[in-house]
Amino acid sequence: MGSAGLSRLHGLFAVYKPPGLKWKHLRDTVELQLLKVCGPAFAHLKVGVGHRLDAQASGVLVLGVGHGCRLLTDMYNAHLTKDYTVRGLLGKATDDFREDGRLVEKTTYDHVTREKLDRILAVIQGSHQKALVMYSNLDLKTQEAYEMAVRGLIRPMNKSPMLITGIRCLYFAPPEFLLEVQCMHETQKELRKLVHEIGLELKTTAVCTQVRRTRDGFFTLDSALLRTQWDLTNIQDAIRAATPQVAAELEKSLSPGLDTKQLPSPGWSWDSQGPSSTLGLERGAGQ
Amino acid sequence: MALSAQQIPRWFNSVKLRSLINAAQLTKRFTRPARTLLHGFSAQPQISSDNCFLQWGFKTYRTSSLWNSSQSTSSSSQENNSAQSSLLPSMNEQSQKTQNISSFDSELFLEELDELPPLSPMQPISEEEAIQIIADPPLPPASFTLRDYVDHSETLQKLVLLGVDLSKIEKHPEAANLLLRLDFEKDIKQMLLFLKDVGIEDNQLGAFLTKNHAIFSEDLENLKTRVAYLHSKNFSKADVAQMVRKAPFLLNFSVERLDNRLGFFQKELELSVKKTRDLVVRLPRLLTGSLEPVKENMKVFNTRLFKVKERHLFLTYLGRAQYDPAKPNYISLDKLVSIPDEIFCEEIAKASVQDFEKFLKTL
Repeated sequence: MGSAGLSRLHGLFAVYKPPGLKWKHLRDTVELQLLKVCGPAFAHLKVGVGHRLDAQASGVLVLGVGHGCRLLTDMYNAHLTKDYTVRGLLGKATDDFREDGRLVEKTTYDHVTREKLDRILAVIQGSHQKALVMYSNLDLKTQEAYEMAVRGLIRPMNKSPMLITGIRCLYFAPPEFLLEVQCMHETQKELRKLVHEIGLELKTTAVCTQVRRTRDGFFTLDSALLRTQWDLTNIQDAIRAATPQVAAELEKSLSPGLDTKQLPSPGWSWDSQGPSSTLGLERGAGQ
Repeated sequence: MALSAQQIPRWFNSVKLRSLINAAQLTKRFTRPARTLLHGFSAQPQISSDNCFLQWGFKTYRTSSLWNSSQSTSSSSQENNSAQSSLLPSMNEQSQKTQNISSFDSELFLEELDELPPLSPMQPISEEEAIQIIADPPLPPASFTLRDYVDHSETLQKLVLLGVDLSKIEKHPEAANLLLRLDFEKDIKQMLLFLKDVGIEDNQLGAFLTKNHAIFSEDLENLKTRVAYLHSKNFSKADVAQMVRKAPFLLNFSVERLDNRLGFFQKELELSVKKTRDLVVRLPRLLTGSLEPVKENMKVFNTRLFKVKERHLFLTYLGRAQYDPAKPNYISLDKLVSIPDEIFCEEIAKASVQDFEKFLKTL
């Protein structure tokens, strides 16, 4: 049963990476757990990682096994957005923007209010909106492009610096605050830097205490497997559950039509795929 | 030319600065003249060095005084100064000077002593001379503190200069006695050179010796064997230096005991050789300290860190992290780690496994 199951194991699934664990070690652990089932038959198993998470970050991490590794590339090329919750702490600044980094500065934060924070977040979102359009290389003169831009469905389909498609404050109790960030082409370090810059904009300082990915493309927290579930049965079930979604998604991103169907995701995300890909290919002068 | 008989005893005060051994030698040298000259002074050349001090003190009580050597020229004033300041501790140069002068003058002395009439303590002396008598209190034969002996022991003085805290050492009478008896040049110097060789810096020697004064009773060859053993186990020189610094008693343990301890940790914690080495270099007290707490909590050490952390954080989130045995709803460390997840959630956390999983996804 084991070896047969293993040989038929192909596809994508998501795990929940706990903080403090390197993604490489996680990948190795999963590989080991799968090989334990039918040891000698398989020496290696192809397990690939999608968008990485650094050691201190946590959250949804997409893995591919067997032929699923190919799908990882496709997912990467779909340039889907990701959701994060980012916790910040007002009052100090460190060299690596983390709470445990070398202290650089300490400031007061009594003057910081929820309104000020919201205002700053709105400014950030606005500036990134502009960048989004710019990096998409979209000819805004077409009607479709205009409509999409109005609805905020444009995003770049090639390399770009980190772009924030949405940011808002979920919780504010100084010195702590919690942000929800929707972004693409990001690194966790840039997200921590974002917290630091928000602190500066608020005329105080801030460090980032937690970066947690809640969604990667269409993989959410609910489907992510915890450490105790990293075994053959659970992974098989997870792959099976994710397969139809994966297929649909990747088909959409390859199809040329202007499909404005939005994907169901928690909250208020606006990452629909498909139409942008064709528009992104246009090499017109971006406006 | 002849020295006044009264002046001879004053000369003895200047030798107070000398070390124990030298003092003993001196008394031996002057046995003959002392017998004839100083009635109160019954010289016993066979006396032991510490007893010597005792008797020395008593005898010099009456006879010690400043020595104005009439025959010495400019050195006389120096002699005066040095004798007057004889009460100041650890003046090596001064004592050297007095030694030099005294030894020089003692040659002269020997010749002239035969001619001098016997001196009696009952002899009346003038007022000026009486004022000039400086009588130190005698050294006690037994004392609670090393303070009484510091002035007279070169060993103790050198140790203080190194930074050793004698107030800690005097609390252990055997160690204090040992230090008094040891000769700095012969024994202690060898030990210090060995420690430097191991890798302890000069400024760290004081702290080390304050903690581990028992190392002086160890055989140097044994110590060298133990260091060689550690090297053979692939501990680098810097590693050994760090371990000895953090756990000063490390080298007092026999090779066998060190080996047993290393083996114990490797086996119980199921570590690789390299990991055991890393662990011991970072925490050498594991080798020297008691194994009781380690054995008691063996299960905890063998549990993965993340497991303990996750469970603890969950309990804290629920407000159930009670680790004080006196208070109700106490959760023992053993229970925290050893029981499986489902039972942990139901019994200890009083929550469902789903809640625990949801919580884990918020970390």
